[in-house]
Amino acid sequence: MTAIAAVNDLVIRFANVNGTGSASANGLFAKACFRMGLPVSPKNVFPSNIQGLPTWYEVRVSEQGYLGRREGIDFIVCMNGQSLAQDIASVRPGGYVLYDNSKPLDLRLERADVNFIGIPLAAICRDEYPDLRRRQLMKNVIYIGALAALLDIEFEVLKDLIGDQFRGKDKLIAPNIHALELGYRYAHEHFSCPLALRLERRDLVGDKIMLEGNAALGIGSVYAGATVVGWYPITPSTSVVDAFEKYASRLRIDPGSGEKKFAIAQAEDELSAMGIVIGASWNGARAFTATSGPGVSLMSEFLGLAYFAEVPVVLFNIQRAGPSTGMPTRTQQSDIISCAYASHGDTKQVLLFPEDPRECFDMAADSFDLAERLQTPVIVMSDLDLGMNEFLCEPMVWDDERQYDRGKVFNQQQLEEMSEKFGRYKDIDGDGIPYRTYPGTHPDKGAFFTRGTSRDPYAAYTELSEVYIDNMERLLHKWETAKGFVPEPELYQETNASKHGLLFFGTSTASCLEARDQLAADGIAVDCLRVRAFPFNQTVEQFIEEHEQVFVVEQNRDGQLRKLLVGECDINPKKLVSVALYDGMPITARQVVDHVTAKTRGAVVTPLHKQPA
Amino acid sequence: MSYAKSTFRHPALQPNALGYSKRDYEGGLSTLCAGCGHDSVGAAIVQACFEANIEPHKVAKISGIGCSSKTPAYFLGKSHGFNSVHGRMPSVATGANMANRDMIYLGVSGDGDSASIGFGQFAHVNRRNLNMLYMVENNGCYGLTKGQDSATTDVGSASKKGVANPFTAIDLCATALEMGATFVARSFSGDKEQLVPLIKAALRHPGFAFIDVLSPCVTFNNTATSTKSYDYVREHAAATGAIDVIPMKEEITTDYQPGHNHEVTLHDGSVVHLYKGDVELDVTSRDSAQAAIRRHQSEGSVLTGLLYMDPQSRDFHQMVNSIKGPLRDLGESALCPGQTALDAINASFR
Repeated sequence: MTAIAAVNDLVIRFANVNGTGSASANGLFAKACFRMGLPVSPKNVFPSNIQGLPTWYEVRVSEQGYLGRREGIDFIVCMNGQSLAQDIASVRPGGYVLYDNSKPLDLRLERADVNFIGIPLAAICRDEYPDLRRRQLMKNVIYIGALAALLDIEFEVLKDLIGDQFRGKDKLIAPNIHALELGYRYAHEHFSCPLALRLERRDLVGDKIMLEGNAALGIGSVYAGATVVGWYPITPSTSVVDAFEKYASRLRIDPGSGEKKFAIAQAEDELSAMGIVIGASWNGARAFTATSGPGVSLMSEFLGLAYFAEVPVVLFNIQRAGPSTGMPTRTQQSDIISCAYASHGDTKQVLLFPEDPRECFDMAADSFDLAERLQTPVIVMSDLDLGMNEFLCEPMVWDDERQYDRGKVFNQQQLEEMSEKFGRYKDIDGDGIPYRTYPGTHPDKGAFFTRGTSRDPYAAYTELSEVYIDNMERLLHKWETAKGFVPEPELYQETNASKHGLLFFGTSTASCLEARDQLAADGIAVDCLRVRAFPFNQTVEQFIEEHEQVFVVEQNRDGQLRKLLVGECDINPKKLVSVALYDGMPITARQVVDHVTAKTRGAVVTPLHKQPA
Repeated sequence: MSYAKSTFRHPALQPNALGYSKRDYEGGLSTLCAGCGHDSVGAAIVQACFEANIEPHKVAKISGIGCSSKTPAYFLGKSHGFNSVHGRMPSVATGANMANRDMIYLGVSGDGDSASIGFGQFAHVNRRNLNMLYMVENNGCYGLTKGQDSATTDVGSASKKGVANPFTAIDLCATALEMGATFVARSFSGDKEQLVPLIKAALRHPGFAFIDVLSPCVTFNNTATSTKSYDYVREHAAATGAIDVIPMKEEITTDYQPGHNHEVTLHDGSVVHLYKGDVELDVTSRDSAQAAIRRHQSEGSVLTGLLYMDPQSRDFHQMVNSIKGPLRDLGESALCPGQTALDAINASFR
């Protein structure tokens, strides 16, 4: 029997039933790795369901610091009879299977090439806990205790985490630690601990933090001064508003009166949510909403109004697998086209692509400045992977000197001093961005009628062709101006050295950078660029120009970003090779490597890399 | 447009208490059909705002799409206006109100806008009790697309096309009562005496005030077979009574007939007087209002006037406990917690 031997390089999967309290126990495991100074990336694989269906939690620990998902499960914790056969089959040869042997394992499920670790969890719980609910909850904690012994997790770290988790509910601390000890002791008494596959403390995370992208978007919106939120619940975006409310309720309460310096309305649908944002922004407040693909479809009419009437909008789109209801609890980057050109007629919407929670925080804050500066919708394109999984990232930073950029707004005094007639859609500065006024600013000056119909520079309705064209061209000019405001792409080399380029964005980043290293080891050098915004600026075009072939990695079937590049940049489409990885799981470096290798060496591989079952 | 609106006004017209002339409340030239009920509604809004001494620029006019939704361009020209998308005025008004609770919000909509495409938004805006006046200029047809029946067309009513409508009509006042509006009234564009005081009372009401104004479409739905024609409404209207709004600071000088009026005192001390007609109605009871509406419906008449008001109304901002004053005026120091707080947040994620 072989046994995988490795230190600080493993993928462990927890197979649970959803609604059994496993999430917090599994989270303990990931956090313990983090506190042992190890780069760690946990991923939830969950169903669209509240109780009873299989759910998995996959954690990768990588001493090399690779945070993307990795194929090949080294260790599985089997806590779900429903998926047991599938779970046992999913482990790599030489891997480990921790299972509950209170009852004997079905012989048909046994494998000769993996190591079974039986712990009578149900029996231990039955003896220990008369209460059924507690039996269930503690079972989770007991297997974490066993893992501590098997994988050599520092027990003190786990104890501290329990203390943090139950702060304020102190009487729960001792029973949880006791449960940890039960598992720890059992493993030590029955197995040779630690295993050949184990963890060891390092100092590799520095002052990094671990949080979900949605939390960072919510916190960023608090920092950016958002005061109005209109929203409608939809997975996986709901926790953005939850986070905003949580932190605003903590940090934005008037000390004297206890009143809130923000207002949230849970709307009747996504149309209304977007209408609320538009009404509030039009009236001078910073406002946002969060949604996912189906919500974007509903919001499209309003997004067209905001584009054409030039009303700032901040929209967080936490993408999930489409089309239609699709796979609502799986990840994808498949709303690129629907967002970039949201709504009928000629529209173009500003998109930002964060790669991790730290950038979610930054881009949340920047999106309000951009939306108000450009007087247009800004859509932050996160996804389920980033939104609902904890990512290891740099801490969030706020410059206390930072002033909000409220854009071009004439105030009462400016209007008072104005001798000429105010023109809401008049391009005074030559950048395509006109000045606006908030309702109620001045008794006689600055009032205008906002409309989705065509209008002249003074906001008066018109269907004169030349006036309509002038306005449409000005909007295009504004779009050019936007290129100077949106975040530049990130380049990962000082000078481009290869004829192959790898272009990616958002949550494909970690796996693409890992793929680059693997490809280099295989003798294929690639230069990398991460797109951070649409409109694309000059650097993106130049990168494509400087390479013979550019692989565009994206998590959708149709190569939507590639199409956007082809449509918006002056480039030869044949240079862009689509690497479409869209099975709904976070992508892996192996998948990227296989595609690039096949295309560069002509090797035969399956176009879509199959997940080990 | 080749013609301009006359700016001549009679020199003897007196300004209001704020020094504004009536002209200051007017807007652009209407492009609606001559005789359209909506223009009379606009004139009533001008009159009410003038008489109520409202600063024109402190009003925000918000509408959807349709003939009715075009009308905010024809009154209150010093106010900001927002002609949004079809049926979505309620959400835009919600956001605007959330951003700045200190302005007056006037939503203008039509029966297509509110009873069909925007019925969901209409229902839900009632629930929020936003401090706003929501007016529907209800003509029982789609004017701008040439006269199709709407969801408020009565069963059996026939427009110019001559086909009797077979589908149940939605009563927007009954809906508003059911959904939580705290001020509900119905009026008629041809009855300015009734409509102007209702608008004034609604503007003063601290919550969601809804007025369904029957406003005939002269071009497509003013036929002898229509229940939304001028003649039909005039002949079939029954009024709950006349109302008068007395702001707190003013002395009550009108003579009331004892036993025939009902007083409702508002939060700010103003009093709304209802000179009751023959209609059996307690205006502070939703049930009584619903019953009165149904009773008149079954008798084939249209009940107009103030139907319901809740003197205890608590508006959206009170319900969500948001800070006094406009949220939009808060700056960095009030809104941004700064790096020190962020250090603590970062630490909680380690």
